[in-house]
Parts: sequence; structure tokens; C-alpha cells
Amino acid sequence: MSTLAVRVTGLHKHYGPKRAVDGLDLEVEQGEIFAVLGPNGAGKTTTVEILEGFRRRDAGEVSVLGEDPQRAGRAWRSRIGVVLQDVDDHAELSVHELVHHFARYYPGARDADEVIAAVGLTEKARTRTRQLSGGQRRRLDVALGIVGRPELLFLDEPTTGFDPEARRSFWDLVAGLRDEGTTILLTTHYLDEAEHLADRCAVVRDGRVVAMDAPARLGGRASRHALVRWQTPEGPREEVTEAPTALVARLAAALAPDGGEVPGLEVRRPTLEDVYLSLIGEQGADIDLEEVSR
Amino acid sequence: MSTATRPAAATTRRPATATLPSALRLGLARTSLEIREFFRERDAVVFVFAYPIIMLAIFATVFGQDGARVGPGEGVPFAQYFLPGMVATGVLLSSFQNLAISISVERDEGRLKRLRATPMPASAYFLGKVGSMLVTCVVQTALLLAVGAVLFDVTLPDDPGRWWTFAWVFALGTGSGAICGVAFSSIPRSGRSASAVVIPVAIVLQFISGVFFTFGDLPAWMQQVASLFPLKWMAQGMRSVFLPDAAAALEPSGSWQHGATAAVLVAYLVVGLVVGVRTFRWRRRDDG
Repeated sequence: MSTLAVRVTGLHKHYGPKRAVDGLDLEVEQGEIFAVLGPNGAGKTTTVEILEGFRRRDAGEVSVLGEDPQRAGRAWRSRIGVVLQDVDDHAELSVHELVHHFARYYPGARDADEVIAAVGLTEKARTRTRQLSGGQRRRLDVALGIVGRPELLFLDEPTTGFDPEARRSFWDLVAGLRDEGTTILLTTHYLDEAEHLADRCAVVRDGRVVAMDAPARLGGRASRHALVRWQTPEGPREEVTEAPTALVARLAAALAPDGGEVPGLEVRRPTLEDVYLSLIGEQGADIDLEEVSR
Repeated sequence: MSTATRPAAATTRRPATATLPSALRLGLARTSLEIREFFRERDAVVFVFAYPIIMLAIFATVFGQDGARVGPGEGVPFAQYFLPGMVATGVLLSSFQNLAISISVERDEGRLKRLRATPMPASAYFLGKVGSMLVTCVVQTALLLAVGAVLFDVTLPDDPGRWWTFAWVFALGTGSGAICGVAFSSIPRSGRSASAVVIPVAIVLQFISGVFFTFGDLPAWMQQVASLFPLKWMAQGMRSVFLPDAAAALEPSGSWQHGATAAVLVAYLVVGLVVGVRTFRWRRRDDG
């Protein structure tokens, strides 16, 4: 069990009659980026806040870096980093001052100026947080979350409000932290973010994990039927198949015998979004390829 | 994509010998950070430092027209009479009001929650609040006394006994004000409403506690209501420092009541501490 950064079994958290977390199981291995996906109200935030030690659980076993977050002390908190989504810091302190100050809380913190550079705020180091844009303020939060050199980093919806370029550079930063050995537990609404970053992800629905796997294999994605589409003189045709390669070979032989192209050829696997939406049971979004092709 | 072949987490591991910084050291670090932040909030700085001085100027001028004095016989000049009340009201502002508002705002902006996720101990946070509050209180009081002495000819006491009284009233006043401010910070629903909730409490207390009027001239019921709150006692304690002994006759009880003053301030300190420890929240009210 020593290779697990996070281990959760049978977690329950109820608010009155509402079962926010209802028998959730989760295992995060050391050194991986693990994404938790799920609609609002599925219990993601409650679960993560229990792991961060902000909330108490009603039942279940929780071990984070080998300790129970409910009882863990300062030494444990110095080994985790938390980037919250609901901080909106309008203080009169500069980025430089805050990051250097937070670095003092930890034994063996990272170099504060390097952290500021890593999140791309070097030019804003002397700017007071009040004057930062929303995206810059989020990056400051990330800097404060990683300055203590955490073994396990919690990122809660970290790129909300980022422009595409900022998001790309943020992804590079997170991947770099993973390569240094940091375990990362990420909650996100963006499936492209999970697909790009996560080694594994879990889909949470109604307070339980309904699927847990690498993004490419989630919900049996890799083995799902593919949809092949092509053009004929009579109009577009499509076919659902378990063996798209064989079908394409047949089409090539029939429609492009001279080694040319099959007109309008398209092979589509279900996207992470298709799989995700079917897993969370979104009405009307349950894309079933058999249905699409009729 | 595999998780099995990660390189050793060398850069994430720190030496096992690394120890956590002490609460005292972090408390000092937070004190200096809080002081820096406070002095950059220009409106708050102006308000906290100028308010008692401006109020002293206004009330001493209005009541002291044509050389009017307070009390029987020779009496005392109004500036002399009001100075102790202004010292007390300044302490109320920079301890109670300032902490109640600033902690509410920090909670609302999520800064308290963010701190809670770090290894900073809660004691360091409160040390920082108390330390920075003490620095502001001392600077503010020193300014007020200097202005009072230079511009309003207020005579400052020269015997150590009075300064000893000043010291313990000041210490208990700032202490109880700070602790009640921490406890009160949980009442406003949001950071934006904090000023609107906290400031009226401070203003009402100032009017009924004899800061702006001769306390003995207030209606008896108002004096009794004021006696339930610490500002009246702090102001009375400060009057015992800056007014001649004969002025004790102006107090409704006819004496300075040092014992009762200490008892009430200590009671607020203890009750505020118990309530504050039980009700303090690192998270917003709507955040579970």
C-alpha cells in the first residue's frame, strides 16, 4: 500500500437527507496525475475537501500520504499543497511578498522566485494582488500551492477562466511537476484537460465512482465500436463496426482499387466526452453509435 | 501513460531532518506582513489614525468655546476631558473594529481557507493579528497624545503610578477589543457587509460610553447600558490617568472604580476567547 498517495474506501458524507458522498472508493498512485470528473453536485468537491482535511467524513476509510486527514497535523500539511478554486485575494500585498511569505511556512520550500517564474508571474512580481487579473490571481494560487514542494498537490478546477494559451502553459507546468515526482489530484470540468494531463481519471456520479481508468480506456472506450463514414455517388454512407480496419480495407479495395483515396473517409471512436456523458447519464447526450447509424 | 515507471521522486522528497518553523517565528513573520498590508490600505490608515484626533479637535472646540470647562470649581478644559475618551475610542477602532472587518474580508475572499491548508499554525495567525494591532494602537495613541499635548495644551501625567494605570487599561483594552473583534468577525454574512455591520456597533458604543459627552451628563439608563460594554470602562480608566483626582467626582459613582474596570475588561477577554474559539470559522458560512 506504500505506493498509494491516496486511498479511500467506502466514503460517506451526508448533509441531512442528502447523500453528497455515498460509498466512494478511490486509489491514487504516487507520481500520477489523477483527474476526478463529474457534474456539479456529484460529490467531487466534498470528497476532495475531505481528503484535504477541510471536512469531516461520516463513514469510510481515508488515507492521504499514509495519514488520516481528519487527525493529521502540521507535518502532514507541509507535505500537501492545495490550490482552491474559490480564493479571490484582493490584498495590498505583492506576488513577491506573498510567495516568499508562504515559503516560510514550509521546511524545505522551493525557491520562491523560481516558483513565480514557473507560473509566469515574474513580470507581475511587484504587483499587488488587488491589481491582478482573474487568471493571474489563479496562477498566484498555484504558486502558493506548490511553493512548499508538496508530495501531493490538489488542484481544484485550476484553469477556469484561462485563455487557451495560458491553459497550455499551465498544463506544461503541471506535467513538469509530475515529472519531478509530485502526485497530482485534479478536479476539472474540462474533458480536454483530463485527456491531456491525466494518467488516470475517475468519473463521479451521485457520490460514487462509476468508472476509473486511463482516459483512453475509460468506460471501455478503446474497445467500443467505431463509426466509419465515407462518400458514395449516391450520398454519404456510414457503418458501425467492431473491426474498422477490415472495413476500411474492404472499402479501399472496392472504391479505390488503384491505391487512391476512399472519398470522404472518416473513422470515429467515441470521444472522452461521449463516454463521460453516457457515464453520468446525461439525458439526450447519451450518444450510442448504434442509434446514430440506425 | 503508465504509472509504473515513474522516476524516483527525488526532488519532491525533503531531508527527514527538516523541521517545521516555530509558531512564534511565523507569528512574527505574519505580524510584519499584516503591518505592511495595513499601512498600504490608505483609507483605513487615515481613518484609524486621524479619526480620534479629528474627533478630539471637534468636540474640544465645540464644547470648549469661550474657555468653558468641565466640572465644578476650576474644572478641567474640555480637550483634557475628552482626550482619555479618544484614546479609548482609538483602541476600540484599531482592535475591535479593524479586526472584525479585516478577518471577515479575509474569510470572504477565501484567504483564511487558503491559510488553513498550509502548515501555518492557527496560533501564528492570531499572533500576527494581535501583534500588528498592538503596533497600530501604540502608534495611534502616541500620535493622539502628542497632538493633544502640543495643539490642545493637554497636560500629560508625570507620575509613574498613573502611567502604570495607563499600561494595564491599555493592555486589557486592546486585548479584549482584539478578542471580541475576532469573535465578532463571524457575524457579518460577507466581507462586503462587514463594515456595515461592525461600524454602527462601534459608533453607538462611542456615543453611549461617554467618549463624545461628559459621561455623568448622560441619562442614567444610558449609563447603565454602557456599563455592560468595555468601552465605557476603558474610557473611565483612561480618565483616571489624564484627569486630576478631583474629577472623580464627575463620575456617576464618584470614584474611578479601578477594580470594576479590570474585572469587566478581563471578563470580556475570557468570554470573548471562549466564544471566539468555539465560533471561529476558516471558511465562509455558505461553504459548509
